[in-house]
Order: sequence, then C-alpha cells, then structure tokens
Amino acid sequence: MSPDLLKFIFGRLGIDSLPLHEPILVGTFIMVALGGITLLAGVTYFRLWGYLWREWFTTVDHKRIGVMYMILGIVMLLRGFADALMMRAQQAMAFNGSEGFLPAHHYDQVFTAHGVIMIFFVAMPLVTGLMNFVVPLQIGARDVSFPFLNNFSFWMTVGGAVLVMLSLFIGEFARTGWLAYPPLSNIGYSPDVGVDYYIWGLQVAGVGTTLSGINLICTIVKLRCPGMTMMRMPVFTWTSLCTNILIVASFPVLTVVLALLSLDRYVGTNFFTNDFGGSPMMYVNLIWIWGHPEVYILVLPAFGIFSEVTSTFSGKRLFGYTSMVYATVVITILSYLVWLHHFFTMGSGASVNSFFGITTMIISIPTGAKMFNWLFTMYRGRIRYELPMMWTIAFMLTFVIGGMTGVLLAVPPADFVLHNSLFLIAHFHNVIIGGVVFGAFAGINYWFPKAFGFRLDPFWGKCSFWFWVTGFYMAFMPLYVLGLMGVTRRLRVFDDPSLQIWFVIAAIGAVLVFLGILSMLMQFAVSFLKREQLKDVTGDPWDARTLEWATSSPPPDYNFAFTPVVHDNDAWWDMKKRGYQRPLLGFKAIHMPSSTGTGIILAGLATAMGFGLIWYIWWLAALSFIAMLAVGIGHTFNYHRDFDIPADDVIRTEDARTKLLAGAK
Amino acid sequence: MSRLKILALLPLAAALSGCNYVVLAPAGDIAAQQRDLVIISTILMLLIVVPVMALTVLFAWRYRQSNTSARYEPDWDHSTKLELVIWSAPLLIIVCLGALTWMGTHLLDPYRNIGRIHAERAVDQSKAPLDVDVVALDWKWLFIYPDYGIATVNELAAPVDRPINFHITASSVMNSFYIPALAGQIYAMPGMETSLHAVINHAGTYRGFSANYSGAGFSGMHFNFHGLDDKGFDSWVAQAKSARGSLGRAEYLQLEKPSENEPVRRWGTVDSDLYRLILNMCVETGKMCQSEMMAIDAKGGNGHEGLNNTLPLSYDKYARRGTVLGPEPTFVVGTCTPDAPQGQTTAAIKAPLDTAPLLGAGLKRPTFAPLKSSSFFLGQRPKSDS
Repeated sequence: MSPDLLKFIFGRLGIDSLPLHEPILVGTFIMVALGGITLLAGVTYFRLWGYLWREWFTTVDHKRIGVMYMILGIVMLLRGFADALMMRAQQAMAFNGSEGFLPAHHYDQVFTAHGVIMIFFVAMPLVTGLMNFVVPLQIGARDVSFPFLNNFSFWMTVGGAVLVMLSLFIGEFARTGWLAYPPLSNIGYSPDVGVDYYIWGLQVAGVGTTLSGINLICTIVKLRCPGMTMMRMPVFTWTSLCTNILIVASFPVLTVVLALLSLDRYVGTNFFTNDFGGSPMMYVNLIWIWGHPEVYILVLPAFGIFSEVTSTFSGKRLFGYTSMVYATVVITILSYLVWLHHFFTMGSGASVNSFFGITTMIISIPTGAKMFNWLFTMYRGRIRYELPMMWTIAFMLTFVIGGMTGVLLAVPPADFVLHNSLFLIAHFHNVIIGGVVFGAFAGINYWFPKAFGFRLDPFWGKCSFWFWVTGFYMAFMPLYVLGLMGVTRRLRVFDDPSLQIWFVIAAIGAVLVFLGILSMLMQFAVSFLKREQLKDVTGDPWDARTLEWATSSPPPDYNFAFTPVVHDNDAWWDMKKRGYQRPLLGFKAIHMPSSTGTGIILAGLATAMGFGLIWYIWWLAALSFIAMLAVGIGHTFNYHRDFDIPADDVIRTEDARTKLLAGAK
Repeated sequence: MSRLKILALLPLAAALSGCNYVVLAPAGDIAAQQRDLVIISTILMLLIVVPVMALTVLFAWRYRQSNTSARYEPDWDHSTKLELVIWSAPLLIIVCLGALTWMGTHLLDPYRNIGRIHAERAVDQSKAPLDVDVVALDWKWLFIYPDYGIATVNELAAPVDRPINFHITASSVMNSFYIPALAGQIYAMPGMETSLHAVINHAGTYRGFSANYSGAGFSGMHFNFHGLDDKGFDSWVAQAKSARGSLGRAEYLQLEKPSENEPVRRWGTVDSDLYRLILNMCVETGKMCQSEMMAIDAKGGNGHEGLNNTLPLSYDKYARRGTVLGPEPTFVVGTCTPDAPQGQTTAAIKAPLDTAPLLGAGLKRPTFAPLKSSSFFLGQRPKSDS
C-alpha cells in the first residue's frame, strides 16, 4: 500500500505508536487484557449482555446512572492510584545517582495522568454519582428533569475516560502536568498525541459534565415536592445546586480554553504561542478561571454530605441551617474571585496579588463557619460512630489542617517561597483527600443501603478507614516537611540523599492507602456475600432525617408512590415525629421515562471522533461526527419516550414493602 | 517516656536534625522576611485552628452515644450569639491576616527595590546593585553579568550584602527561577521579563533550580548559587573573565538547544546586546524584535510601507511547526506601487522556513511527519512564498 493511503487510513497511527518498548506498559496491558477478557467472557457465559444493556447501559433511571458513575469513579481510582504508587516509588528510589525505574518520558506522563484522572475521572464521577442518586430522592422527585440527557452525560464522561485510558496502550499521554500549560503543551514542544488525548478526553467528558450540571439545576429548581421551599431543602441538595451552578458557569470556560489550544495545535493559530501576539499567560488565567471553581465543585457536595451525616448520626437538627446555606452561596460566588492565587509568582503587581490573596482568605470565613456549624451540631447530640460519622470526624480534623495551609499559601509572600513545592502538593491533597475523598466515602457508606438494600460491612469499612487515614497522614505530612526544605514538585531524580527518608515514609503511606483501597473493595465483596445479614428492610437504617429515607431500600423505579408533602426542613424526621402513616391504598399508574440506547451510541461516536482527531484519522472523525448528527436527529423522531407503570405493578411493589415492614416489626 | 519510646523516636530525630529547612532558615533578607510571614500567619491561624480541633475531639468524645450523662437536645439548632461568634472569630483573624498580606505583599514585591540589607542595615544608595540577566533555557540556566561582560551556565555568584537585581526571561517554555535561601521564586517566561530584587547575607553555597515543570530535563535543571565575600566575588569574576570563548548570537543559538544535566560553563566575553535579543526573541539574524514590532504598532503599523515588514514578521522559529491543518505561513516579499509597478522585492531577508516539527522536548519519539501539502487528502496547495 502506498504511504499516502496508509496515512489516509491510519493518520499518524502506526505500529511504532504502540509502547512495545516499555515493559511496564506491556505488562499492564497483558494484565488488563486478561482481566478484560475474563470479564467479557463471564458476562457472555452468564448471559448478562441483554440484562446489562436493558437495565443499566440504556437506563434513564437516575439511581442506576448514579451507581454507574460511582463504579466509574472507583475503577478510575484504581488507575489513578496505580500512577500515584509509581510516582511515590520512583521518588523514593531515585537517589544517590539512581535514575529510579521510570524514564522521564514515562514518569512525566504518569504524574500528568494521575492529576487528570483523579480530578476528572475519580472525584468528578464520585461527586456527580452521589448527586445523581441522592438529589431526586431528597427532593421527593421521581427522576431528574431530563432523564435521557442524564444517561447521555454519563456516557460522555465514560467516553472521556476511555480516551484517557486508551492513551496508556496506544500512543502516549501528555507530558505537561495536569493543566497542560502552554507553550509546553503547544505543538512546538509537544508535537505528539499526548496533549491531543488530554484535550479530547476532557472535551468529551466536559460535554457530559456540563449537561449533567444543567440537568441537576433544573431538577432542583423545578422538581421539588410540594412544601419544599428553597430554605427547606436538605443541605446536600443546596450544595448540589451551588455545585451545578458552578459547573454550568465554569466548564464552558474550560471547553473554550481547550478549543483555543486545539486551534493552536491543529490549524496554527497563535492564541497561546510565544509570538504572533499569543500569550501563554492568557491560557493560565483562563484555565484557572475554570480550575478554581472546580475545586469548589468537588468540595461543596462533600460539605453537603458531612452536613447530612453529622446531623443524622448526632440525632440532632443541623445547627445553623440558614448560615450553612448562606455560607455555601457565599463560597459559590467568591470562588470566581480567587483564581489568580494559583500563579502569584507569574509577575503580577503587588496590588493584584494582595487582592486575590485577600479574597482567598475571605473564603475561609464561610468555610470556618461551616466547620463550627458541624461542631455545634455534634454539641449536645448523641453521636453514633457508624462509618459515615467516622469519616466525618476524620474530615473535620484533617480539613482544618489543609485549610490552614491553604490560607497560608494565599499570603503572596509566603506563596513565593512555597509555590509549586511539595508543600503545595501536601496542601491540595490534604483538602481533596481530607475533604472530597473522605466525603465521598462517608457518602458511599451512608447511602449504600439506600441504593442496594443492605448495609456495608463495618469491619472491612473500619479497616479501610484506618488504613486510609493513617496512610494519608504518612504520605502527606512528609511532603509538608519536604516543601519547607525547598523541594519542588514533579522532580524525577534527586541528588540530596538526606531527603530520601521522607520520600520513603511517604511511599509507605501510599502503600497504606493502597491497603485502604483494597479493604474497601473487600468491604464491597464481603457485604455482598453477607447481604442477608446486613439487609435493611425499613428503608431507614440510620434513623435519618431527609426524604430519601422515607422510601424503600432500594427505592422502587418510581421512588415515591405518592409525592411527599414537606412541612419542615428535616422532612422525614418531621414525618416520623408526627406519626406518619405510609399510604396503603389509592395507588395510581405512574408516568415514567423510557430507556434509550441513544446516549451510549452518541457517546461512543463522540469517542470515536475524539480518537480520529487525536490520530489525524480525518475520515473517522468526519464520519463519526456525521453519524452523531444523524443519531441525534434520529432520536428526535423517537416517540417512545415514556410509559406508565400500571397501577397493578405499583400496588404489587407497595404491598411487598408493606409485608416486609410488617415482618420487620 | 519509656526508654523504648525514646529509642523509637531516635531515627526521626536523626532525620530531622540532618535536614536543611532552607525555607525556614534562609540566608537572604527577602527570604527571611517571607519566612517571618509564613510563621506569623501560621500562628495567627493556629489561634482558631487549635480550638477547633480541640473542640472536635472534645465534642466527639463527650457526646458519644454511650455517654448518657451528657445533655441531649435534639431540637436545639440555633443560637444567635454562637452564630455571631462563629462568623466573627474567623473574620477577625482574616482582618489581621489581610492587613499583614497587604503590607507584606507590597513590601516584598519582587519588582520593588529593596530598602535594607538586613534588619539593622539600610541599603547604601551610593553603591550600585549587581545586575544579573537570567535566561531559562531547555534545561539549564544562563546567567549574564552585563556589568562584567561575563556569562555562565548553571552557576551564579553574588557578593554578600550587595543588592542583586535579576532580570529574568526564558527561551522556550515557562520555568520558575528559585533560590530558596535567597528569595521567593518568580516565573521565567519567553518573550516576557520578570524581575527579582534580593540580597544574600551569609556566605555559602546554596541551591537554585526551576520550580516549574518544563519538560524531560526538568529534574536536572539546577545550579549552585555562591554567596561570596567581596574578595571572593572579585576572584570569581576574574576566573570567569579568564575563561576562553565568547558568547555571541551564534553560540547562544547552539546553547539554546535542549540538553540535560549541563555542567557549569563560563564565557569571558559576552555580546552586550544578547539579553535584549533573547528577551525580544530575535537572536536569529533577520528576525524582527518584539520591541521593534511594538514600536511599529505604536505608530499605527507604518501604513503601506509597513507591508515590507511582513517577511521578517512572519518568520518564526517555532510558530506553526507541526500543525497539520493550518495554512503554511505566507508573507509579502514585494509590493507594487504606481512608481514601481514591478514591485520592490524585500526578499533579501531570508527567512529560514522550516516546517518540520520542533522537538522542543528533545526526546526520541515515534516518527511522524505532518501531512505535506502534496498529500492527496488535502490536495495540492500552492507554495505560498509570494
């Protein structure tokens, strides 16, 4: 075949794009391939394809989509954490003339992939998954406002994750750091596919995130049950609302800045080049105008989870609900006024730096108020130390340290000596692990019985908790110390042997965290095996306060047979207190949205288009784009979008629950 | 404490004592003031963080379920007094910290001339500060001493207690110039200049490095900074002066190419205009400097005559290399006027057009070439050199 034809068919993809020379990658590929083949064979053997397609892949049920987001987040956590282990090992080894085991070409991809995956494909799916699952239940709705869009959003997120994972085995990932600052990420210095994987992975996933943001805002604004005024919404719903407003307002900025970077890379524009009027600093500003709100996108829902958990397990109303809500809103607004604190050292004047430093500090006021509110919720409570509450206490103790170092970094002269150092790394892991990850785990342990009808095993949960918490402190406290010794981030080799001990301690910490992750997987497995023992028949295993606990565990497809009416902000607690009787008669048919495969097909095509664009396979990109349009338009002619669950089915489901509840008494 | 515990702590103590907390114990006045701010801010915040942590532990313990003697008020959820405290206590801390920030940021602004050598000594205005031009290259540091006409790679020296003015730029990607013992860092960016004013108070050898990831050779991009007494500095300069070779434009273009773990190099003479050319990205002959461009732009582009400038303007060493879909760079080499209908050619300025992808990261990687204009997919495109 002529080289031109080959180039037409495969773009720049060739045999040499496969990393056959990297033994680590080949090994990983074999493992993944074996695991994948086993999984696929298992699914085929147990004839699960039809079930998976009908009940999960094409579902528009917010609960199942929420669960799928969580699965995505946990699977990607394994990948992101493997990267973390490699980095810790490399940095612990590369002393005294040793080069470690990772060459620069590989190591630089590893830390870039770690950041990108952990933020976009672990933290975001975990947070979005919890919001998807919980919010409609908490506001007494039957689904989100746009159920099909929800399914589509999820699969777009998966599409982005698939592209990032593909880069492991086909070609390579970006070697630029997780925010891909130009000029390094521009075509001149990163001419290969790495940055293109980065761009298209994030663009595809970004569509999903933005749409899911719109969806949840509409859901919260329009679908609240009667009586639930804004100031009676559960705090988790409030924080979700603010988070999704942040998503909708900030993700378009990311989309645009990545689009401009791709124009630079593909058609030779000069937005972020060194010359022709381009300015790399413009990119840095724009990406942080998205990037700082992103931090709050992640942490606000976690704050919501902690609020629910603290009040439930303290057996008390949340202290200072109103100030909690205002604090959330203030944080939402202020999060747009602080982006420059990520680059004080880029040469802004003193007044500009002070302005952004002080706005950053101001955010700590509402955050501090939140901390006190949780504290006074515990005050004069009866605290039950179930797993969610344990995670919450760990969060409160850990997060204040992270908050403190964060405010310290907001003082520009202090930032001049700590910026980009391992102190900074320790700080943001302190708030992201201590806040977002602990929050997600509190949420998983808290809502798991609601999703599956049985609680998670406490023994393995506690193992996971202690491994995670001690591992976290062991892994990141040394980094604070190293930062004070002036050690900068992203280094691959070191020549000062006195630093090694700290990296070794950090590596041991990472291994402990790894044990924590394994314990968590074990917890899922053991809980599944012991599901009869851990069964929750009441639908309210924690004696909780909000509406999601008013229905059965797992909730029926329609969530609530009758839309609840709310009189107080702890709606379910209020109902219990006033001797609420579950209605047993008068069920009607319930109008529900139908499943559709359009979401997964569209997302698959978008992923193919991304792949085509990454490898310059123009025919593939064009074809999949046209196909996307065709499928999208075709879907508008799909008139089978809804159906009624017949009254008989509702009666049968509700009667079964009545029997179950009677048996429990 | 039992003997066993002390034994267990020994390695930790050994580890702690063996370390150099350079950020907390710097040797330059600016870094020392920054360190003071770090410590004062931390103490200010501990005022609120310690009580919060203590209360968390206290409440978590006291109000545990099994402690039935503790008060339980399930419906208590509001107290205006407490609300006032929990909003105003952090506010007060932030007011103090904010004031400190405003002052500290202005006082320690890297662009500001320093006012003191150290706490007890003001700057002697009659003595000139030491000027150093810093260029971050792929993956080494170039230091030019304009007053002495010398240049070094990966080695920097300065006399103790003499203010230093750094002028910082970069050749290709972003780096950050950081000597923790001397002063806080500042980014080094191509086509832009940042500055740093600092002073070293104690003689010694300190580490300097790039604090912003810049590609494959980033880990090896460090240098030694020597704080020397006046005599020591003079002999260091003399030593550099005696180094053979001079750093001119051609040598710089060689030096600029990516290389890793560079040893120290010195040049006894240096093109006095070199730093300006690097900053304006016009070391290559025939390329228009940014400063000239800006001057022309300030005059409104010079009208019709300005067209003659498009050739040197359009040539660039990095632009568009490797992009697949963009048009090839075009430029005007001549214009027709009523006086000279044949066109005046300015093609005397040869732009070394090279569209091969630039391997800025200096690494071996899978070979690929951007689609040539002869590719049948994109069709024949006219070579656009007129």
